[in-house]
Amino acid sequence: MAEIAKLKDICTQVRRDIVRMVHAVQSGHPGGSLGCTEYMVALYFEIMDVNPEQFTMDGIGEDLFFLSNGHISPVWYSVLARKGYFPVAELATFRKINSRLQGHPATAEHTPGVRVASGSLGQGLSVACGAALAKKLNGDKKLVYVLHGDGELQEGQIWEAAMFAAHKKIDNLIATVDVNGQQIDGSTEQVLSLGDLNAKWQAFGWDVLHMNGNNLEEVISVFKKAKEHTGKGKPVVILMKTEMGFGVDYMMGSHKWHGIAPNDELLQKALDQLPETLGDY
Amino acid sequence: MKKYTFTEQKDTRSGFGAGLLELGRKNPQVVALTADLGGSLKMNDFEKEFPERFFQVGIAEANMMGVAAGLTIGGKIPFTGTFANFSTGRVYDQIRQSIAYSNKNVKICASHAGLTLGEDGATHQILEDIGMMKMLPNMTVISPCDYNETKAATLAIAEHQGPVYLRFGRPAWPVFTSPDEPFVIGKAKLMIEGTDVTIIATGHMVWKAIEAAEVLIERGISAEVINIHTIKPLDEEAILKSVQKTRCVVTAEEHMRNGGLGESVAQCLCLNYPSPMEFVAVNDTFGESGKPLELLKKYGLDVPNIVAAAETVIRRKAR
Repeated sequence: MAEIAKLKDICTQVRRDIVRMVHAVQSGHPGGSLGCTEYMVALYFEIMDVNPEQFTMDGIGEDLFFLSNGHISPVWYSVLARKGYFPVAELATFRKINSRLQGHPATAEHTPGVRVASGSLGQGLSVACGAALAKKLNGDKKLVYVLHGDGELQEGQIWEAAMFAAHKKIDNLIATVDVNGQQIDGSTEQVLSLGDLNAKWQAFGWDVLHMNGNNLEEVISVFKKAKEHTGKGKPVVILMKTEMGFGVDYMMGSHKWHGIAPNDELLQKALDQLPETLGDY
Repeated sequence: MKKYTFTEQKDTRSGFGAGLLELGRKNPQVVALTADLGGSLKMNDFEKEFPERFFQVGIAEANMMGVAAGLTIGGKIPFTGTFANFSTGRVYDQIRQSIAYSNKNVKICASHAGLTLGEDGATHQILEDIGMMKMLPNMTVISPCDYNETKAATLAIAEHQGPVYLRFGRPAWPVFTSPDEPFVIGKAKLMIEGTDVTIIATGHMVWKAIEAAEVLIERGISAEVINIHTIKPLDEEAILKSVQKTRCVVTAEEHMRNGGLGESVAQCLCLNYPSPMEFVAVNDTFGESGKPLELLKKYGLDVPNIVAAAETVIRRKAR
């Protein structure tokens, strides 16, 4: 394992990247990005076997990741850059004209690390199922990971894919749901309550694990456990509790920072809580 | 004038099924998916011979499109099979984001298109699918005219890198093209040479256009008939070459006038060679239950409608 202290430093830098990226263009989604920082850093720097220097669309012999809730692109772009998929300086082009870093992830500009467009919610689990089936057909033993928002589970296609994955015994797939309880218009409880997610996924035939997504050590250990659960005839889902806006005190615990950017003063307030570790872009 | 005859009538969907089976044998990367309509799409032979490459997804078309997109990641060439309505309108955003915008090598194969679906009625008779699909960047749109051409098109699209919409139908229909004719995506077929009017048709309406040309020649009108099996990219060169000779056009399609083949031809002509034009198409209305040929007649998609449109457009040319 990479030293936990080093991974924590990466998390802090990624959080700086996120708030600076959305501040620079005064748009984007910092809340969910900050909440999923430990998840994304653990996945790319500790869990997945990937080849950032030579990105290929097919990813044969590599683990694959899909971001179904594409609006939290800032955290993904930052982690991809910090992992070496593209220059860190490119983060300065986020959401600007002629950039590979579109507001929502896309393949049209051949962004290294991105294998399908996402943003219109609910589609990523189906795509991940297809990619996992292709791996099985190819005799490729690597795994497929996919991340969803909890609000995204309100899309019907998710449950079509959930039924399909269990029926087809897609057991080389680890899905994660970011259970932060928030969506744009309010809490998931207010907007459209999700009910008992543990019971729902179990009833759909999935192997269900839980973790605190803002505790790095726990994220790594549950990911390792999830890998042990693969290959046993069931798809695996991790219900990951996070706090939207985690790491920036004034953004935490509210849906307010789902999709708005901090002003100059609040940017500084955020950066004061997130000391530079790897160097800003 | 070149004469066409047929000795048998076969459904174009069976041409797709036969093509898919042949592809399965030729290309191990080809996989097939259906949303509980594998039998209707004639995919059973592929399923029997290649069960590990066949995915029954149940009545969940949105998921099917996403799974197909995912299967391309790893090099597979997925062919999805369901009715045209459920292949397009029901899953437009899934196609738009996960397939077209992501430029995935998915072949969306759509049967029971248009009015000739027949008795199931308007819920299933999609007449807007060509329009929806041709508007998507990266998408190729193909609408073959008979069993042989549908089989050839099925084989051809596997060789094309990128998303394709392949449209075909349910009813038994005259088989009038040769089984060994090459199918070149984007290359129109000149079926009948003529000098007075160009009839540009697609899908089932190519046969109707040929029948119309036979009526017209008896009235002293020489019609040129072009089979546009690829609506996008449109073979503008073939269209312009013909219209520069005849100076007027009739389009014929089993689709809504808005958004269909005729609209694409009109755009080509108004930019390059403005000419009188008439449209044989469904005009801003839904279909209904009935027998296929009864429906074509009621909705103005029959031989007399093409003949009348040709006579009208020739008169407009003379003005």
